[in-house]
Amino acid sequence: MAAVAGVEAGAQAPAPATRSAARRRSFPVWRWAILLIAAVYFLIPLYSGLRFAGLKAFPDVFKQAGFISAIGLSLRLALVTTILTLVLMVPTVVYVHLRLPQIRRLMEAITILPIVIPPIVLIVGVLKVAPGFLLSTPYLLAFVYVILAMPFAYRSLDAGLRAFDLKTMVEASNSLGAGWPTTLWRVVLPNMRTAMLSATVLTVALVLGEFTMASLALWQTFPVWIVNFEQSSGAVSTAASLLSLFVTWLLLMLIVAVGSWSARKRGGAQVTLFTVAPRESSQTAGEPE
Amino acid sequence: MTTNTAGNAAAAGGTRHEGGTGGTGGTSVVLQDLKRSFGTTRALDGLSLEIAPGEFVALLGPSGCGKTTVLRIVAGFESADAGSVLVDGKDMLPVPPARRDMGMVFQSYSLFPNMSALDNVAFGLRMRKKAGPQRRSQAAELLDMVGLADQARQYPHQLSGGQQQRVALARALAVEPSVLLLDEPLSALDAKVRLQLREQIRSLQQRLHTTTLFVTHDQEEALSMADRVGVMRSGRLEQLASPSELYAQPATAFVAEFVGTMNRIPGDIEGDGRVSVLGATLPIRGSRPGGPVDVLIRPEELRIAAAPGGNGIVTMATFLGSLTRISVLLSGDVTVRIDVPSAESAALAPGTSVNVTVAEAEVLVTGRK
Repeated sequence: MAAVAGVEAGAQAPAPATRSAARRRSFPVWRWAILLIAAVYFLIPLYSGLRFAGLKAFPDVFKQAGFISAIGLSLRLALVTTILTLVLMVPTVVYVHLRLPQIRRLMEAITILPIVIPPIVLIVGVLKVAPGFLLSTPYLLAFVYVILAMPFAYRSLDAGLRAFDLKTMVEASNSLGAGWPTTLWRVVLPNMRTAMLSATVLTVALVLGEFTMASLALWQTFPVWIVNFEQSSGAVSTAASLLSLFVTWLLLMLIVAVGSWSARKRGGAQVTLFTVAPRESSQTAGEPE
Repeated sequence: MTTNTAGNAAAAGGTRHEGGTGGTGGTSVVLQDLKRSFGTTRALDGLSLEIAPGEFVALLGPSGCGKTTVLRIVAGFESADAGSVLVDGKDMLPVPPARRDMGMVFQSYSLFPNMSALDNVAFGLRMRKKAGPQRRSQAAELLDMVGLADQARQYPHQLSGGQQQRVALARALAVEPSVLLLDEPLSALDAKVRLQLREQIRSLQQRLHTTTLFVTHDQEEALSMADRVGVMRSGRLEQLASPSELYAQPATAFVAEFVGTMNRIPGDIEGDGRVSVLGATLPIRGSRPGGPVDVLIRPEELRIAAAPGGNGIVTMATFLGSLTRISVLLSGDVTVRIDVPSAESAALAPGTSVNVTVAEAEVLVTGRK
């Protein structure tokens, strides 16, 4: 992973730039071919959906019965899930990096589990064991979504922390008289901002799109509503799903933009969704005198 | 200062210390019998060290000798298994790092990337609850002191490595620490910048009279900057002495070979306890190991003269400026290095047969490798 690069990017930045330039020159055809195939693969279904729904269906989406409550529930779940995820994962990742770096491999393995275990297995199990007061509220889903979001959130935060020398920063802050809360608030979190944003957007995207669990737990979230509504109007339901796709895509673009903006402003590594890219060009000034 | 306030300060001195820098005060640091193990490795094996107020002490040693562990224990980032760290007589080991009132400059770049140079320097003052305008003017003053007044608004990624370390130094000094800790702050920099910064650190330290502990593996750095240098080996201090004493009178063979250049020449122990080497019989300083020995002699303590049928042959001449270092192959496959004034080196071209002798002086001996 290009994770460590952030720390040393200052000195060696020009090297990767020339290397990637060389690569661009030698494989232009392949690049375009792959891009084209991927574009066709993704765009044809979208285009078909758009044709099927027709542009007129889009304004109708907002007028449909149950739309507001469904999207409202999904947004509330997204909010709760995100808060829970950040509150749980940020201190965990910081602690692991600082005090237990030797278990990072293990953490990676553990956090990938939710991807390996089918959601249906998870939710059936949860519904069996969850206490009654949780079964009666949709926020049960938020707790399960925290687990589903873990692989993405963990990786984003982990990549963000690798982009700077956390241990030295924390020690420098401590030696200057800052206790733990201040160090976390003024030094660690500001440097994890992009990573946290990335974790947030991935979590939100996941919650807004999750169907299996919500459906089995019998809550009408936005995806469940789309499927249910399909029976009365296929066109409107297709328009709704295209809409949700577009909104999610916008969100993802937004964090990439914010990530590169903050990298330009403050230097350091550029945090995108899962990875940390070293700065593109070094602005490091030559030695004076 | 009136006598009255001076009296008050002295009375308060026992319980509370106000940094102690800026004036002639300074803080004493005493390390007593520090021990620290990591698993089965003994990083520190009973290290004791006293640093006088305002003194600059360097710990020098090969990697893994425990020097960084000492610094980290003093800073509070590492705990000690046994021993104590006394700062002006007060035991620091139970005190968390944030309350130790020490300034530290790290080996790796440690500026906070989210803050400008000025905010970095002002950070410690902010932690000490200084008001905004005051801490900004104080930070600006410090940046000016390290020659970076114009870079105050820049972020760390816009600064060169040398500039970043100067900001880090200003940041550490801004809080007027009782002790300044330097953890190889120059090793990430290139040679020219390293030399400039070395002088800058030293002159700042002398001006502020801040008690300083400096850790390095670079003997030149240690010898040129410190008042006293402690040479460490496997968790212990081999010798703690002024740079000149360390060079001229190394206490042990390890120090002798670690500091400066040293020749090892096989010698024979004589019946009277002296050692004969290169045709001379010399008194031995320090301990004498049993078995065959090598004699340790500095390049400038050997004499060389071109002589047909001499005891050696010049193999190489390395020009060092005013001196030229001549490598001579002696019998028994021993190569020695001898420094001669460059003006006299013309007669000592490679291939020349020479006679190598040794000046009459006490010598160190060590077991033959």
